Amino acid sequence: MELLAFGDTGWGDELFRATLMTLAVSITAMLIGFSFAAIFTPLKLSKFKSLNLIANIYTTVIRGVPELLVIYLFFFGGSGAIMFVASIFGYNEYIEINAFVTGSFAIGIISGAYSTEVFRGAIQSIDKGQFEAAKVLGFSKFKQFYKITLPQMLRLAIPNLSNVWQITLKDTSLISVTGLVEIMRQSYIAAGSTRDPLFFYSFAAVLYLFLTYLSMKLINRLELKYNRGY
Amino acid sequence: MDFALMFNSFPKLLFAAVTTLKLLSVSLIIGLFIGLFFAILRLNKNIFTNKFAYVYSYIFRGTPLLVQIFIIYFGLGQIEYLRSTFLWVILKEPYWCAIIAFSLNTGAYTSEILRSAFQTIKPGIIEAGKSLGISSKIIFYKIQIPIAIRQSLPAYGNEIILMMKGTSLASTVTLMDLTGVAKYIISTTFKPIEVFIIAGGIYLFITFIIHNIIKFLEKKYSFNS
Repeated sequence: MELLAFGDTGWGDELFRATLMTLAVSITAMLIGFSFAAIFTPLKLSKFKSLNLIANIYTTVIRGVPELLVIYLFFFGGSGAIMFVASIFGYNEYIEINAFVTGSFAIGIISGAYSTEVFRGAIQSIDKGQFEAAKVLGFSKFKQFYKITLPQMLRLAIPNLSNVWQITLKDTSLISVTGLVEIMRQSYIAAGSTRDPLFFYSFAAVLYLFLTYLSMKLINRLELKYNRGY
Repeated sequence: MDFALMFNSFPKLLFAAVTTLKLLSVSLIIGLFIGLFFAILRLNKNIFTNKFAYVYSYIFRGTPLLVQIFIIYFGLGQIEYLRSTFLWVILKEPYWCAIIAFSLNTGAYTSEILRSAFQTIKPGIIEAGKSLGISSKIIFYKIQIPIAIRQSLPAYGNEIILMMKGTSLASTVTLMDLTGVAKYIISTTFKPIEVFIIAGGIYLFITFIIHNIIKFLEKKYSFNS
């Protein structure tokens, strides 16, 4: 137990901060994923075949390629791409992007592909008659989305979004390869310096279990709240 | 775009894909047996075996695969007792550690898939078997298992693809699978996009083939054929 003490003698405070980091990366990635989903879900549902194709390529590629490979692409290619863009504007210094930004962006793109599929399914399961009714009542497109599609879509999407959240939370462990100090990386450091990998990796597993358990409880409450009328 | 590099790295990556497929197939076969075993435990009325199977699948589905590999590869070697048994022959090899972790992980997911498949079998079918005087053992092997397999094919297909992506984590314990070799080429040439296109293409090709095999099987075993 003294290995987990707070302060200089133990790893308690380090692991606590690492847990907060994991949560921060997961939430950021989830939000980035939502913004990707906001772009690609309309493309998926669009009438135009070419727009459908773009969205389908995004979701198929991301869901068919390992997360680790995507993270390596961003880790090794991220600063190169930014420097290329900067060089167009005449800035030729070396730019290094932060591991937090690369990591949440990589995980965000992955979680965005899953969220896109979830939102598409949710919108498609809304009764078509409601859109026709909105049209007949003279709702504008924006008002139709804001007042009719969005509230129902969110309710229908919550159970599947909770799965996406779990996947995202677990995927953040892969960012440890880029050196960002989250749970996995901190356990790796602690295991290396105390020569007690069994304890620290098991403790990391417990932390992840705790996070997934806690988020399940919160999401269930949310689900109950939004299903009040049903 | 460095097309020469793409051309040169293609055979290396293709060769590494064999390791990926080997890891995938071995762990899927072991995982299927583990999954079936725990699914049967879950359906058991005995509260202890039931809880045990539930906790197993909860732990393996609630923690990242990376943690599981690290516990098995780095963690278990720390136990002095294990080092003296024959298990050490297996546990000192990263290849077998990866296979153990993957099998246990996919076993947990498979047990959930099979459990829900068993639970969706209509009781009428089992009652029909009973009224025909078929023993409950034969009902299980000849009626419940085939129906459950067909019922769980779509979900199991997804699990195979998820597991294929999971095998990329073998590269974190020094195995040179497709992702491992891709990372090695990227870190020596600093050409991430080219290598990503080739390695990602191979992964997508494997996904595509698995997807079509599952689709074919679903069609073959569907009710209406």
